[in-house]
Amino acid sequence: MNPLTRSGPLTQWATQHRPWIAAAIVLIVLPHVPGLDGNFGRSLLSQMGIAAVFALSYNLLLGQTGLLSFGHAVYFGLGGYAGIHLMRAINEGLPIPMPLVPLAGAAAGLAFGILFGAVTTRRAGVVFALISLGVGELVFAAMRILQGFSGGEEGITANRGAGPHLLGLTLGPQLQVYYVVAFWALVAAALMAAFLRTPVGRMCNAVRDNPERAAFIGYDPVRVRFVVFSVAAMFAGLAGGLHALNYEIVAAEAVGAGRSGTVLLMAYIGGVHSFFGAVLGAVTITWLQVSLSDYTTAWQLYLGLFFMAMVLFAPGGLSGLLLMHRPIVRTRAFVGVLKTYAIAAIPAIVAVVGAIMLLEINYRRATQPDAGARMRLFWVDMDTATLWPWLAALALLAAGAFFFYRYRPRVAQAWQRASDEARAASDTPRAGAP
Amino acid sequence: MNPSPAGRGARVREASDAPSPHPPRRRAAASPSGRGDLKRELAPAMFEIVTFSLLNGVVYGLLLFMVSSGLTLIFSLMGVLNFAHASMFMLGAYFSYQIGKWIGFWPALVIAPLLVAVIGAAVERYGLRYVHKQGHVAEILFTFGLAYLIVEIVVMVWGRHPVENRVPAVIDFPAFVLFGTSYPAYKVLMMAISVGMFAFLYLAFRRTRLGLIIRAALTHPEMVGALGHDVPRIFVLVFAIGSALAGLAGVIGGFALLTEPSMAAALGPIVFVVVVVGGLGSITGAFIASMLIGIVQTFAVALDYSLLDLLRVLHVTLGRDSPFYEAAAVKIAQAAPLIPYLLLVVMLIVRPRGLLGRREA
Amino acid sequence: MRKSPQPAALAVLVMVVAAVFAGPCAAEVKLAFIDPLSGGAASAGINAQKHFTYEIDKINAAGGLNGEKLSIVFYDNKVDPQESLIALKKALDDGALYVFQGNGSAVALALSDAIAKHNERNPGKEVLYFNYAAVDPALTNAKCTFWHFRFDSDADMKMAAAVNYIATQPQVKKVYLINQDYSFGKAVAAAARKMLAEKRPDIQIVGDELHPLQKVQDFSPYVAKIKASGADTVITGNWSNDMYLLFKAGKDAGLKVTWYTYYADALGAPTAIGRDGNGVVKVVTSYHTNAMPDLDPDVAAFKKRFTENLDEFNYYRLNTAFMMFTAAAAKAKSNDPVKIAKALEGMKLTTSVGEVEMRADNHQLLQPLFVATFTDGVKYDVEKTGLGFKTDVKINAKDTAMPTTCQMQRPNG
Repeated sequence: MNPLTRSGPLTQWATQHRPWIAAAIVLIVLPHVPGLDGNFGRSLLSQMGIAAVFALSYNLLLGQTGLLSFGHAVYFGLGGYAGIHLMRAINEGLPIPMPLVPLAGAAAGLAFGILFGAVTTRRAGVVFALISLGVGELVFAAMRILQGFSGGEEGITANRGAGPHLLGLTLGPQLQVYYVVAFWALVAAALMAAFLRTPVGRMCNAVRDNPERAAFIGYDPVRVRFVVFSVAAMFAGLAGGLHALNYEIVAAEAVGAGRSGTVLLMAYIGGVHSFFGAVLGAVTITWLQVSLSDYTTAWQLYLGLFFMAMVLFAPGGLSGLLLMHRPIVRTRAFVGVLKTYAIAAIPAIVAVVGAIMLLEINYRRATQPDAGARMRLFWVDMDTATLWPWLAALALLAAGAFFFYRYRPRVAQAWQRASDEARAASDTPRAGAP
Repeated sequence: MNPSPAGRGARVREASDAPSPHPPRRRAAASPSGRGDLKRELAPAMFEIVTFSLLNGVVYGLLLFMVSSGLTLIFSLMGVLNFAHASMFMLGAYFSYQIGKWIGFWPALVIAPLLVAVIGAAVERYGLRYVHKQGHVAEILFTFGLAYLIVEIVVMVWGRHPVENRVPAVIDFPAFVLFGTSYPAYKVLMMAISVGMFAFLYLAFRRTRLGLIIRAALTHPEMVGALGHDVPRIFVLVFAIGSALAGLAGVIGGFALLTEPSMAAALGPIVFVVVVVGGLGSITGAFIASMLIGIVQTFAVALDYSLLDLLRVLHVTLGRDSPFYEAAAVKIAQAAPLIPYLLLVVMLIVRPRGLLGRREA
Repeated sequence: MRKSPQPAALAVLVMVVAAVFAGPCAAEVKLAFIDPLSGGAASAGINAQKHFTYEIDKINAAGGLNGEKLSIVFYDNKVDPQESLIALKKALDDGALYVFQGNGSAVALALSDAIAKHNERNPGKEVLYFNYAAVDPALTNAKCTFWHFRFDSDADMKMAAAVNYIATQPQVKKVYLINQDYSFGKAVAAAARKMLAEKRPDIQIVGDELHPLQKVQDFSPYVAKIKASGADTVITGNWSNDMYLLFKAGKDAGLKVTWYTYYADALGAPTAIGRDGNGVVKVVTSYHTNAMPDLDPDVAAFKKRFTENLDEFNYYRLNTAFMMFTAAAAKAKSNDPVKIAKALEGMKLTTSVGEVEMRADNHQLLQPLFVATFTDGVKYDVEKTGLGFKTDVKINAKDTAMPTTCQMQRPNG
């Protein structure tokens, strides 16, 4: 480093941690963006934040250590219950400020993670997946039966505003709750990233890829899995505590199979191989779940199709798709790639519109037969008893698909040009290299 | 509304085929001194309850085997935890309902499983094959998404409500009557089909060439490929047969249970339990596991005892405000449907290869 | 490790689109409907949706409320308490003043709590919660609030009606209780025990069974227990699959009992029970199509408009609710929630089945209840099954009242 331009320690730290600072700024500014600054918008952001922490903890398990769990919601829910019970105690007079409640969730998550992890992490792979399924079902049933602790189906409620105020935060308005969620989310993400830099954290990738070899160099795969499992459970519990704070209610379905399935969806669709993939998945799926059902009653079908498409064509998830472009982003030919994307998008959109029409018409006819044959789709009124909407939909689908397939080689060519250029650039010796 | 004026305090025993038994022992009415009398009065009731539980347990166990036999095949050979297996079961039920409406029951019994087999083959050939190389996690996720999609497609075609899948008149009559309880003929048919499936699979595995190849592929898949067998084609065949078995189970299960979109999700987890507890590669193991689960679960429903009762026998009393009271007060009957999951977890921890498995998952 | 800006952009886009679709806000009284429109319980929500469409069209055709038209937005909550709270926030952002919900007591409790908190934290922007089907007694007892009004008789009131009828039936000697193992099922069982002991201490309760909710596929072991106990009557609060499968197993085993249920007239139940239930299945309900010599005119108009098999007017109490809502608006001469709430308290009206009253002390509706049998040979059948309901006994509204532990805090002024 040139001593003449050496920067101070603070600037060094800031440059090194550029992404985190950027993230913090974005989080601070987001709830004031017009469109998101209503009660609902801020609730949506809070929900996304909670989902992001949950998905990140799942990423530790699945992405980093290769442990597929169908029962991760257990730790989320149990953390949530710990949180809500603490909130109730605070409502009764315990002098702990509300923003610290998620710590109780984390503690509960850790405790149960250690308890269940001790017996379930001995094996990986399919056996682990099935055990997690069984444990999840058992805990869910236990929560339904043991109503003193869990409130059963109705759950337990508390008041987040009735407690000592930390820094003047009453937690009445959603904005304040959002900031608490954003704070803990950033802290959790930073801690998880730091964890992945510790020796144990580094080993979990090794254990995922080749447990035998890891054992040979002296690390017991079972112990590594156990530690990662407990840490993941702790952060899931933290997310649960945030959930309790945000909704002021925790019910039996917080540990249910549906929630476990959702976090799996989030982590996978976002991309299991990268850290920010979990965040991307959490945000996308949360938005889809909340808003898609406003536009169509067939939202579950679309979610399923989306998921299948990802599994088949994009196993790296959304983040994988984005990161795929990293090598070619700086090349000049990248603009050409973008152009081909734009052109290919047209027949693709046409085909998708046709498919959506078919699905929507069918769905409406099957589930709401009395709503009549008339329906309004894409701002067009149509009578589905006649033939023309069907023909139109089929035509759109067929035409769009045909042209898309015809155009695909061009996209491949543009990609080829860009990656050739990228490779050429990296082969050129850099000026000043020894 | 005034209560009945008659002073009908005494219980009147009605005349019926069997002597009307003393009601099962109520927890609240337990008293140490009455225990001896209770035993004597319970004896005829005990015998009836044991007989019924055994019979019902066997029927239920055979139903479970019927649904899970196909999965044993698929899971054993390909290691694919096929979440969509119960969906094939559901498709079998819906197809047989539809075909039954158009043509009749007996054709449905043949056509529906064939249709499901075709679908299964297509799933393997055009879907799973691409996902195999991405590893087990991707395979599981694919079948997971597929199960989800199939439910939505079923809703799109047949709607959300249970469809009126009535028992066909030809098998809707009581086959026999035992202690005043009748057992309908379709349950007998179900038992027959289930046993038949077991026989078919057992013989196919042990006596045919294909079965030999499959058993070899279980433990030495690469070797089998190296010997020149078309392993991908075998996979397609196995998937098709497994799905066909599920479809056949669906034809009967469709009117034994309710034919509605959530029927796959209702039976799905239990089917996994059967296959895993029975052990990989073992049809006999799956049979034993399903009978075990069926009988234990059914007997459990008849047991109204809880930890509190056990503690009482040991002269330990637990106060109502104790934090453990609620957990201890849970009756075995209340927790009966959870027994399969408990079994799953215990088995996987203690003996991951299952009862008679030849290989771990 | 950077947090992608995509999520923010996406969310912004969504909000803009949602704002565009939100529509113009004329002088309207906005209602919100929060119930399942997709997922397993969708059919109940979709059926209720039709009731709302019918009622609101009717009110608007007559001029609306105090000159303002009613408009409603339907939010899908998938019977999930969390989703319901999100939907509530959406509704509040959209300006809804009256929230309607019915399917699921868990959701109802969550909503009631959330709305009370919202009203407390936002004075001047209060909203009311009209519950038309969630029957957990707690909502008008321990967990009552001023902002919640229940338009269906709660589980205890219905059990009282059933037990009062059973008390007049000397042939009932042994009763078996079987319910789902959660708060509602346990409430039904507890109410049955208590009330039977009061009205007919000679009746023996030979079984009190709780089974896991929506988990049991094979009810034959339970049926075997019922048979072994020698019961002649079964009381169950089971709904949906748990009821159909239980009944099916009973029919398969040749079980000969009379079934007293809460939900045999719910959407899809008559079709699932079918002919096998002829004469042996009873229900406690607030209305059935043969309750009066002729159909209620609203029910007739509804059936003309919605003609599918499953388009039954299952929520007669919604009709009552809207009648009271309209009357309260007229009495208060305003559409403001607080004024309407005060006007609703203590209101008495006459519907086509009799007098109804909204209690002021706990906001519970008192309405006539019917114990009815599912049978053939009736004037109007349900769901085109050829079978319908026939009244065994009718209980007047004021006789359904139960003591309450409600101590609600009222707003001043």
